[in-house]
Amino acid sequence: MLSQDNKEIGSSADNKLCRHCCIKISDLTVRFGNKPVLDNVSLHIHCGEVVAIVGPNGAGKTTLLRTILGELPYRGAMESRIGGVQGRNPRIGYVPQRLHLDLDSPINVTDLVVLAISRQPVWLGVTRRLSEEARQVLSVFSAGHLAKKRIGELSGGELQRVLLALAMTAEPELLLLDEPGSGVDIQGLSLFYQLVRSLRKQHDIAVIIVTHDLAGIATYVDRIILLNHSVVAEGEPDEVLSNEKVLHTFGPSLWNVSALPSIKEKL
Amino acid sequence: MGLWYKLADYVLPFDLARYIFIKNALLAVLLVTPIFGVLGTMVVSNGMVFFTEVLGHSALTGIAVGILCGIHDPTLPMIAIAVVLAVLVNILKGVTHASMDTVLGVFLAFMIALGITILSRQGGFVKFTTYLIGDILAVTPRQITWITALFFIVFVYWSLTGNALILTSISGSLARSRRISTFLVETSFTILLAVVVMVAIRLVGILIINSLLVLPAAASRNVARSAASYTAFSVAISMLSGTTGLFASYYWGTASGATIVLFAVGCYAISALTARVRQKSIH
Repeated sequence: MLSQDNKEIGSSADNKLCRHCCIKISDLTVRFGNKPVLDNVSLHIHCGEVVAIVGPNGAGKTTLLRTILGELPYRGAMESRIGGVQGRNPRIGYVPQRLHLDLDSPINVTDLVVLAISRQPVWLGVTRRLSEEARQVLSVFSAGHLAKKRIGELSGGELQRVLLALAMTAEPELLLLDEPGSGVDIQGLSLFYQLVRSLRKQHDIAVIIVTHDLAGIATYVDRIILLNHSVVAEGEPDEVLSNEKVLHTFGPSLWNVSALPSIKEKL
Repeated sequence: MGLWYKLADYVLPFDLARYIFIKNALLAVLLVTPIFGVLGTMVVSNGMVFFTEVLGHSALTGIAVGILCGIHDPTLPMIAIAVVLAVLVNILKGVTHASMDTVLGVFLAFMIALGITILSRQGGFVKFTTYLIGDILAVTPRQITWITALFFIVFVYWSLTGNALILTSISGSLARSRRISTFLVETSFTILLAVVVMVAIRLVGILIINSLLVLPAAASRNVARSAASYTAFSVAISMLSGTTGLFASYYWGTASGATIVLFAVGCYAISALTARVRQKSIH
């Protein structure tokens, strides 16, 4: 029902926040020195919606992500409406990029989950009860068997599922995924995105996926926002993929998604 | 202390138990090495090895400042300088786009040069060489009281902040998304580190204090498979090399700090080999 509402409101520049819940970013500008990395970016993302923010390297995707996480100063407005209450910051579940993790760490998967679900110091050891709790959290994401592995021993897909499980323990209203496709094979990625899609239905959360891989993401999302310092194009995947500006920004890398509609039917 | 002396009489071999200074030194080692083992895990995980090197060498400037101000015991100015340095580096890390490696290199040069310049006035640097090598056998009951206090402070701090530190070391953004103030966590950690290093520097010396902080954790990292075993192995390796190094230095008549570090290097080599053998058996 909610997604129906969202469709009616669409992505047009409506000034009011929508009725249910959403995060709205207006005229966001972030500068590093004199250079604007993000220039008047406006986004409106609804609960239950999976949105991909796609752009070439250096387009400001990571900056946008860090700004939403509250790590960078910005000009503009970030508003949210959660459960009918306006203004409260949404709880964010963040799935960091594989590259940005310390994969050499001796920390194992159980430790990582226990860090999130309990205040008990993990360096003193994990009790059997907590370790069982962690396994349950993980098993929802087909990752129960990974509990004893060091995080550096996981494959790309396994690590993404563990990080997703971790992010969901925050009971987020907004899920942020940073380049989830890097280092993950096609099968693993498909499993991962199916999990994400089922989550947004069950928990009615807004999902933002930041990636440079337009072709890989198109089949899994409701809406694509093309970012190159400012919003270049925005709309449903088929719309965006047939946009000329898009072809200009991304060039030949798009040609291998010509099979898009048939893939989408299968999902 | 009295209780410890009686206990030590039972534990130590006869020829060692005769000397009060050996008992003091052993107690100091048993208290300092677990602190270093625990703090070292985060130094290594957060890639702060070079930072702690700079921190150790800032003691030279601390001693110099103490002398300029006419303070007899330089511990307090040493701590003050180290804490200022720790906070400054943490703030710089957030704002500078330059490589932290280079920034720290500049700090290292500055701290050493400033310290030596002041201390060498009228050719007087020789009397400060004990700070470079350290003297664990000269530890006083007063210093042991300080170290005992730090032991408990570190334990309480680690129980409260350990989880946040571990998460921050894996990914700062992930920690921040969970409403952890990574700046506060990292700054409080470096301040504690600064205090611990400055209190312990009299015992082990400026030149090698960093190895004592880094080696046990680095060795543990090679073999540990959980947060708990990472900490436990690091503490165990630290205490083992601390005690064996202390006794060996007594029998060999060598500097204790350096001897302890040699044993820690041995542990590191063994752990690295173990990790290699284990990896081969998996593949």
